[in-house]
Amino acid sequence: MSEPQAAVLIQHQQALDAGRFLIQRCGTCQRHVYFPRELCPHCGALAPDLVEPSGLGTVHAVTTIRRKPDAGGDYNVCLVDLDEGVRLMSRVEGIAPDAVRIGQRVKARVHVDAGKGLVVFDPLEGAA
Amino acid sequence: MSFSLQDLRGSAAITGVATYGCGEAPGTTDMSLLAHAAHRAVADAGLTMRDIDGLCTASVLSTMWPMPVIEYLGLQPTFIDGTMLGGSSFIAHLMPAMLALAAGQCNHVLVCYGSTQRTGTMNRKAVADARRVMDPQPYEMPYEPVLPVAAYALAASRHMALYGTTRRDLAEVAVAARAWARLNPEAFERGPLSIDDVLKARMVADPLTVRDCCLVTDGAGAFVLSRSDAARHGRRPVVHVLGTATACFNRQISSMPDLTVTAAKQSGAAAFAMAGLAPRDVQVAQLYDAFTINTLLFLEDLGFCAKGEGGAFVRDGAIGPGGRLPVNTNGGGLSCTHPGMYGIFALIEAVRQLRGECGERQVAGVKVALAHGNGGTLSSQATAILGTADTL
Repeated sequence: MSEPQAAVLIQHQQALDAGRFLIQRCGTCQRHVYFPRELCPHCGALAPDLVEPSGLGTVHAVTTIRRKPDAGGDYNVCLVDLDEGVRLMSRVEGIAPDAVRIGQRVKARVHVDAGKGLVVFDPLEGAA
Repeated sequence: MSFSLQDLRGSAAITGVATYGCGEAPGTTDMSLLAHAAHRAVADAGLTMRDIDGLCTASVLSTMWPMPVIEYLGLQPTFIDGTMLGGSSFIAHLMPAMLALAAGQCNHVLVCYGSTQRTGTMNRKAVADARRVMDPQPYEMPYEPVLPVAAYALAASRHMALYGTTRRDLAEVAVAARAWARLNPEAFERGPLSIDDVLKARMVADPLTVRDCCLVTDGAGAFVLSRSDAARHGRRPVVHVLGTATACFNRQISSMPDLTVTAAKQSGAAAFAMAGLAPRDVQVAQLYDAFTINTLLFLEDLGFCAKGEGGAFVRDGAIGPGGRLPVNTNGGGLSCTHPGMYGIFALIEAVRQLRGECGERQVAGVKVALAHGNGGTLSSQATAILGTADTL
């Protein structure tokens, strides 16, 4: 028996920890996939390829989680649709949580903290 | 042998129902509450525990829950289903139980649940921490979404942006639930509640305030499902299962194909097809209202109104007492009870309405009732359409 492949979750996180945000594209049906997994959820083919997205996206849904100021204050949680056609949970940074709007254009950035990478988004300058 | 789902229509009946310990039940355990509810439901069916040879149950905490329940109740069942789909589970147990009954695998199935979520020793923070390990959502948890409420808030934000639904529309759902709860002695929250009270309540995750969120209570529920031919000798009016179906497309809100269309669209259509009925045939609907947005989504997805029109549908007390469609007549998860998973309580209230046992909150002339369960974060959906003997 051949060596089992490392979970794609681990490959994805290792890339993030190195500052690279990867999504998947299926070599069979050509559709993009996120979150990453071993089988394409669209066509069932094995091992979609890990690829770099453009990083551009649009806020699809938004909420502000209310938190006491001494615990860190309110923060944004949103769903972002990447231009590649996949959706992920994230947050928009750099503006007030309640200023994040559905339809807002945003750009991905990998925030690395203590060696652990996380995808967050910034408002896209000059976008409507 | 082969048969269609339509052949199963009305083949099984809910012969006994019970709730126990709803509200605050200090000094109890999940299992002790469950045992009391089970005993009451079996007695309500005119049976004894020795008649029970099928068991369906699920637990938020215990991954092997059917085994300790079987042991505790002293059962030796020939049919067991412990499918855990969150709060929709106990409605989702109907179909496998009906198939087992039709096949002669068993005769009387006990479906049961108990939770001390409010007063239990393991608090919700500890449960949330344990779940991060046992039920990981590695692509959501790093953003600290405070689940489940944040998932429903995201769905609500989308519904508001697409369809112009307002916070006031959401508040209508909470106010209608409270108006029903005020007529139900078993309901936990029975004080007056206005639209303004909901709008001015503490915001938890925009646009949902604490009054848009279900209660956290203790409580247990149980029911007995038997073949209809064996049910006619019971003490209570027979309530038949006319149609039921379960659907699930995703676990995480970020993987939901469309945040404004739940899998209830599929489970509802399949349940109505099995029953040979349409939403206009339903006199009372019990819709799992973990959050106010749920009721709007399920009214739309189950076909009581068009997509996007849920807000307009519930305006001006339309789902409250005296409204056009009585919804959540016990007060729902918002005002009656919500011990972690609520689906079984929606089903029990539907049965009680069909039996005419609801006292002040009884809706006149109920022949067909719908109960709908939701699980996870708008993840699993299970629909049941129940009817009196003359709907067969």
